[in-house]
Amino acid sequence: MTFKTDLRWSDVTPQAMFMNRRQIMVAAGAAFVASPALAASQYSTADAPNTLEEISGYNNYYEFGTGKEDPAANAGSLVTSPWSVKVDGMVDKPGTYDLGDLISGMTVEERIYRFRCVEAWSMIIPWNGFQLSQLLDKLGVQPQAKYVAFETLVRPEEMPGQKAGILDWPYVEGLRLDEAMNPLTLLATGIYGKPLPNQNGAPIRLVTPWKYGFKGIKAIVRITLTDQMPKTTWSMLAANEYGFYANVNPEVDHPRWSQASERRIGAGLFAGRQDTLMFNGYGDQVASLYTGMDLKANY
Amino acid sequence: MEAVNRFLKKVPTWTIYLIGTLPFAYLVFQTLTGSIGADPVRGIEWGLGLWALRLLLATLAVTPLRSLGLNLLRFRRQIGLVAFAYVCLHFTAWITIDMGLRWSQIIGDLYKRWYIVIGLSALVLLIPLAITSNNGFIKRMGAKNWNQLHKLAYVATILATIHFLLVGKITTREQYIYAAILVALIGWRIWKNGPRRLVFA
Repeated sequence: MTFKTDLRWSDVTPQAMFMNRRQIMVAAGAAFVASPALAASQYSTADAPNTLEEISGYNNYYEFGTGKEDPAANAGSLVTSPWSVKVDGMVDKPGTYDLGDLISGMTVEERIYRFRCVEAWSMIIPWNGFQLSQLLDKLGVQPQAKYVAFETLVRPEEMPGQKAGILDWPYVEGLRLDEAMNPLTLLATGIYGKPLPNQNGAPIRLVTPWKYGFKGIKAIVRITLTDQMPKTTWSMLAANEYGFYANVNPEVDHPRWSQASERRIGAGLFAGRQDTLMFNGYGDQVASLYTGMDLKANY
Repeated sequence: MEAVNRFLKKVPTWTIYLIGTLPFAYLVFQTLTGSIGADPVRGIEWGLGLWALRLLLATLAVTPLRSLGLNLLRFRRQIGLVAFAYVCLHFTAWITIDMGLRWSQIIGDLYKRWYIVIGLSALVLLIPLAITSNNGFIKRMGAKNWNQLHKLAYVATILATIHFLLVGKITTREQYIYAAILVALIGWRIWKNGPRRLVFA
């Protein structure tokens, strides 16, 4: 008989995270006096986050259908516990880990990030997660590794979109190792201090706020350290439209639409657009990763 | 079918304008109640464009339906004009609530973006059709020239369908269904009349 628990990995979220939003706002307003533990992350934006309804009601997650409302409608049936993640490749501690074991010891914090979809809309999302660098340090990356590859669950009986041949399943994504080690790069396990909704990628997903949203692979079941540039789902489908890097860049247009501006979801019918920022506004943290690279060619 | 056709003869053609306002009214209702979703701008723009395409396809369906016995010919002009109204509303929604009147980006899109150029071409081709959709113009132009001009409806509907196919990251089953309807409506004419008839009749 195996040990079963009602506890979820999200329960490791520090209590501070469970403060409601109003309290967080108050804490932010009183930042001078707030204790360091409650202070907002230096990486968080000061913009007001979107509502949970918006964040969990408007998703691209083709495993659950191609419509924006399909994931919210169809993801409920996904079983996310138990959950195991296979770690392989150029790593000191390979193996198939229970998610709770894999992420034990990680420091979960709140990061309020801008989120920019390649379709030219954006949101502000208060993620709870830990830096991918922490996990990679724990797993022991071998010196020859240059990239990290990720893979999403394949379970067509719970992911109806996988029965249709829209994309090649499993969804795969990857980062260069230095991108993966950047402090902005998160593995997220929650939003608004609650477990990640299934439609947002439960139980664990990647968040790279300076890249287009499709890099943020959801429902991760495999992490591979490799010396080869990993294949990525969207560039396999249309290499001329989606590259490996997928850095947010207002100067490099999608072949079929401009990336110069974006519409903020929730801003209202007549809010118009706002300028898209280079690296989605995270240039201070990530621009140095791409020094000397032609970002037009490496889109 | 005879009874239906007899009944339809009594229905005034302006009824189409009344019915034609319903999709717009429904979009307004959805927007006001919030049921349109997290992104009302996209919902409105998408809904207006989809109805424009549906109505354009409906105008092409009138002749095949007639050969099946259902006569809607009296209403075709009104259906076409309502379709044109939705095309214009869709374009207006794109310029205003979607692009937020960012003219430099709008103008850039108009010559750089394929699917937008294709969509705008459909709109432009429909303008002379809308202007001449009245009895006065048929008389002035002569039925033959008028018919010739209104063949542009095929071109516009084909362009509108291509525009719809190219709009997203991927082409969904819904989009392919509309493409299949277009192919069926045009294929029927080719099968019936031969390809030459379609172009030069």
